[in-house]
This record gives sequence, C-alpha cells and structure tokens, in this order.
Amino acid sequence: MSLAALGIDVGSTATKLVGVTPEGEIAWQKLVPTAPRIEAQAEALLGEARAAAGGGAPPVVATGYGRKLVPGAGRVLTEITCHARGVYRRTGRAGTLVDIGGQDSKVILIGPGGQVQHFVMNDKCAAGTGRFLEVTAGRLQLQVADMGATALAGAGEVPISSTCTVFAESEIVSLLARGAPVEHVVRGLHRALTQRVTSLVRSLGPRPPYFLSGGVAHNRAVAAFLAEALGAPVETVGEPQLMGAYGAALAGLDA
Amino acid sequence: MSLLGALTYHANVSLLGHAALRLDRWRTERKLGRMPTAGPHLGPPLATSGWLKELISRHYLAGRHANRVRKVAWVTSGAPIEHLKALGYYLLYPENHGAVCGIRRWGERQCQAAEDAGYSRDLCSYARTDFGTVLSGKTPVGRLPRPDLLLCCNNICQTVLYWYQVLAHHFRVPLVLIDTPFLYAEARPYMLAHVRRQIDAAVEAAERVAGRSLAPARLEGVMRLSHEAIGLWLKIMQTGRHRPAPILAFDEFIHMAPIVEMRGDESTVAYYRALLAELEERARRGVGALQVEKKRLLWDNLPIWYRLRPLAEALASRGVALVASTYTNAWGELVELIDPARPLDSMARAYLHPILNRGTGHKLATMARMLEEYHADGVLLHSDRSCKPYSIGQMDQQRRLAGELGKPALLLDADHNDPRAYAEAQAANRLQAFLEVLGV
Repeated sequence: MSLAALGIDVGSTATKLVGVTPEGEIAWQKLVPTAPRIEAQAEALLGEARAAAGGGAPPVVATGYGRKLVPGAGRVLTEITCHARGVYRRTGRAGTLVDIGGQDSKVILIGPGGQVQHFVMNDKCAAGTGRFLEVTAGRLQLQVADMGATALAGAGEVPISSTCTVFAESEIVSLLARGAPVEHVVRGLHRALTQRVTSLVRSLGPRPPYFLSGGVAHNRAVAAFLAEALGAPVETVGEPQLMGAYGAALAGLDA
Repeated sequence: MSLLGALTYHANVSLLGHAALRLDRWRTERKLGRMPTAGPHLGPPLATSGWLKELISRHYLAGRHANRVRKVAWVTSGAPIEHLKALGYYLLYPENHGAVCGIRRWGERQCQAAEDAGYSRDLCSYARTDFGTVLSGKTPVGRLPRPDLLLCCNNICQTVLYWYQVLAHHFRVPLVLIDTPFLYAEARPYMLAHVRRQIDAAVEAAERVAGRSLAPARLEGVMRLSHEAIGLWLKIMQTGRHRPAPILAFDEFIHMAPIVEMRGDESTVAYYRALLAELEERARRGVGALQVEKKRLLWDNLPIWYRLRPLAEALASRGVALVASTYTNAWGELVELIDPARPLDSMARAYLHPILNRGTGHKLATMARMLEEYHADGVLLHSDRSCKPYSIGQMDQQRRLAGELGKPALLLDADHNDPRAYAEAQAANRLQAFLEVLGV
C-alpha cells in the first residue's frame, strides 16, 4: 500500500489517523480513544501507519488539541483548516460546516475554492459539544452511541432550559424526580444542544448548504434537529469523525 | 506637612530612591544594549525602556510616601486631572495600578480577595483588583497612598460610579463625580456646558481639600505639557504606519503608562520625545519590531495584561505584527480638541470625546480608518469580559469589517485582568486558525 501522507487528529475524546494515496484518497485509517499520554500514543499510531505503508516516511501533518505533542509532525494545523479541507474534498461545494467535537463546536464558512472564509467557536463552555451528551448520558445511564436513537424515538419532549452542562445535569435530576420519561428528557437535551449550535450558525448568517462533521455527527438526532432549526437540509459528511485527520493528510500532500 | 514628613519623603524619594532608580535604569539600558533581539522572533528591544521603568518606579515610589507631603487623589483613567496636577496633588490611577497587578500576575489574588469580601465575580476585574488591594493592603508596588479626594468620570463606563462610591465609603473622603453625556453623534453646546460646569465644581472641591486656590498660569502650564505629551504620544503610535513597524501595540500597552498617569508632567514630555526619536530612527533605518513582518493586525479593546508577552511571541513567530490598537490610540486622538490657552473649556471638550463615550459606529469608523492608515490586514477583537462598554457591538463590527472592508477579524474571549476567565488552549486554537485564514 502506498501512503503519500499521514494526517493525525488528536482530539479531546478520540485520536484519528488517516493515510492518503498520492491522489488524496483515504487508504488507511485508525480511530482510538485519546490516551492521557498523547505523545506515546501518537508515536505508536504513526509507527503502525508507517508499517502499513510498507516503510518509508510519508509527511505527517498534525491537528486537534494535542497537535503540538505529535512527534515528527512536519506541519501543525488547526482542526478548523483541516476539517474544512477534508469536507471540501468530499463535497466539492462551498457552504457552512458545523463540526461538533468532544470539547468544542465550530462553525466554519467554506468559500468557493475550499478556503476558510470565517469561523466561530463555542465559548469557554461545554454546552453545545460532545461533552454535553457524554455527561448527560452518564446521568441517564445510557450509552452515548444510543442517545440519538433514544431522542428520535421519543414522541414527547421536555424543555431543558439550562445552557450549562453542569446545571443541565441538575435539571435532569429534577425532571426525572418529577417523573419525566427518559426519552422526553433526551429529546430536550438534543434540542438544547442544537439550539446552542444553531446560534453559532446564525451568527455567521444563513449560508447553505450545511454540512456536519466531527464525532457528534454520528448522532442522527443532532443532524435532524439542526436541519429543523435551520430550515434546510444538513448533510452528514461520510466518515465525519475522520475529516480533520483527512484534511491534515491532504495538507501533507502540499509539500 | 510636617518637617519630619518632608525630610522622610525627600530622603526616600528624591535622594535614595532617585539614585537607586537611576542606577537600575543604567543597568537596564546596558542589558538592553547587549541584547540583539527582545525575543526569538522579535526585533531589538527599545533602548528607552530603561527610562520608562525608572519613570513608573519613581511614580509608585513617590506614591508610597505621598501622604507625608502632598494631597492625594485617586482618579479614573478618563478623568480630567489637569487642575489636580496644577494644585500639586499626587494622582493614583487604580486602573493603571490594576494593570501593574495584571502584568505581575497579581490579578487573580487581588480579585479573589475582593470576592472573599462578597464582591461578585461579574464585576470588572479592575474594580475587583482595586477592592482586593484596598482590603488586603497588599500590592506589588509596595504600598498605595491613602486618597484625600476621589475623582470619578463616567466617560469610560458606568461601573466607576459604583466603584468610587465603595472607595468613598471605605476611605471616608469626598467623591467628585463628572458626568459626561454619551455622544451618539456630535457634542451639542449644552453638553459641553454641562461638563464645563461640573469641572468648575470639581476645581472648587479640589481647592477646598488642598487648602489653596488654583493659579490660572499653573493650570495653563500643566495643560501645555498635557497637550504636548498627547501630541507626542500620537506621533509615537503613528510610527507604526511604517513597514516594518518599529513599535508594536504590545510595546505601546506598556509605554502608554506615562500618558495616562503622568500626563501634565515635564518628565513625560521629555521621555516621549526620546521614545519618538528612537522610533523615527528605527523607521529611517528600516528596523522593525519583528525580525520578519509578514502581516499586520489591529487590536481592539484593553490588553490581556497577564498574557502580553506570550501573545506577542505567538504572533511574532508567524511574522504577524500588531501595529496599532484603538485602546492606545484613545490617549492620542483627542489632541486637536485641546487648546492650552483655554484649559477648562479644552478639558470639557476633550474629556467628553473618549472612544468609550461615543457610539459603536464611531468605533467601527475609527477601526476602518486605522486599518487603512496602518496598512493592517485584519483585526483582533478582544472580547473583554470585564469591559462591556468596549466589547459591546464587536460581533456586528466583526461582520462589517469582514463584509464591507474585506478585513477578517477574530473575536478573542478573555478578560483584561482575571486569568480565570481566559482559556489558553481555546484562545491559542482560535488565534492559530485565524492566522491560517490570513495565510501565515
């Protein structure tokens, strides 16, 4: 297998590694939970990728929160640039990309040539991010992966008024104590999260088409609720969680 | 003033302090002279920095002993002070002292001391730093003099009204308030008259506390020095229009101290003449504040005092020069409103027009003008949790800067003095992404 470049996205929840062919197609990929020892984990993953590539030293581009700890990275780019690049390569269209990761959410305006025109991020708060779902799933004794389906299954909905993850958790306790069905609470949580993200999208102005990437894009309820709030379809990009690493690998082909 | 007090003051400030600070300046200048660069990506350090250090240290040393020999007034940063200078007051600026605490990493502990006394964390971090200093009695400058008079002008924000009431209650001293009507458009004659009447009353109050009358010639002299220093400060900032810029806004944040807290002093004029000469010489020789200047940015709002150096380095490492700021510009842009021959009318006019006392449209127009004059490629908008009047409108301004002027702008969430309201990883991520958008 010939890997022309490697992209590694060390996120707050998961670390993703993608190897691309000289033509920029994904030829190798790996996704593991981010370990506390970022440097050692990145080194091991890169070793694995290089072995899969049959030796050689393809250029490495690192992104994500742990990007500065990746040994041997020739370039270090933010997830904003990388997600935009990966998504543009996949879709070939300008538009608004919503990337909801474990620790933050970003709305990125992709220009006609694939360049980042503008971006906004959530402020110093976990509401509107994957962490919001993780924390609340824990309180409800649900798997994070099941949260979306549970939300979509619920016919009713209870409003979650708090925009703060910590307060939302206390609110859930009160709602459950009052006998609110779990499905209704989960639906309300998704509504609160997407409302938060919708505000970010609106702050950039309506610029469809809308794309969704990042780990939370696996949650179908988020895409559905976002589309409902924005009044336009929201397209979940294929392999959404890999788009940062993919964009990084594509940047590796530039050299 | 007792004889012993005067002797102690002069021994500590005029003799021993003066000699020690002069020696320290000499050492600093020698050290700076041997430094080829101020940092891995920065250009040579400014030689006049040693002089600045001496000026600021002397100011706080004089403050430490001021109660022995002079009346002391605590004033807001935008307050008219020329009459106080002319009456011989020592002036303390709690906001400037707050900035010193911020730079020296004392901001958090001072804020915490205020919060421990029940003040809300939602209050301005300068106010909390001041309350923390007053309540704990601790400061990195040694000791602050007790005020005999408080002068508060609401041309910068409304928080100062309540802040200074707390101080008045604590110190049991007179508080003079100067209310400046907010300027949505041009200043109307009745507004000028309203401010002028209050300045007249402020002069009377200051005379009563000082126990002497204001000499018109002295006031005019102070006003001339103020006017000259403001003009020099404007020219200093305007050297940033050169490519490469010989000075960064980060330097200006430090070098602005005299124009705020030592306005009206001869030493401030002398110092700014020297700084301007140094910068003009740098510009002539093509010496930049950065080793490599690729892009130029404008800064909006107060600095993040506890992150000045890391931010300067982070931008410098990518060849990005912060060539100007609306904040430092605010102390130079009003020079034309001052006529030293008519000091009281000039004070009324100038102190009515600070950027924070005018509409957000004015700030946008100021940024648009500065972007052009300083050949800047974009703007860093510090969304300052502690300064709502400065931060309001920034989201619209960001959109209009990008849309109408084609200048990208980044909103950077922080707080000027409370590091607990600043997330390093998120800020660094945003900044890097913004620089990637700029192509550096």
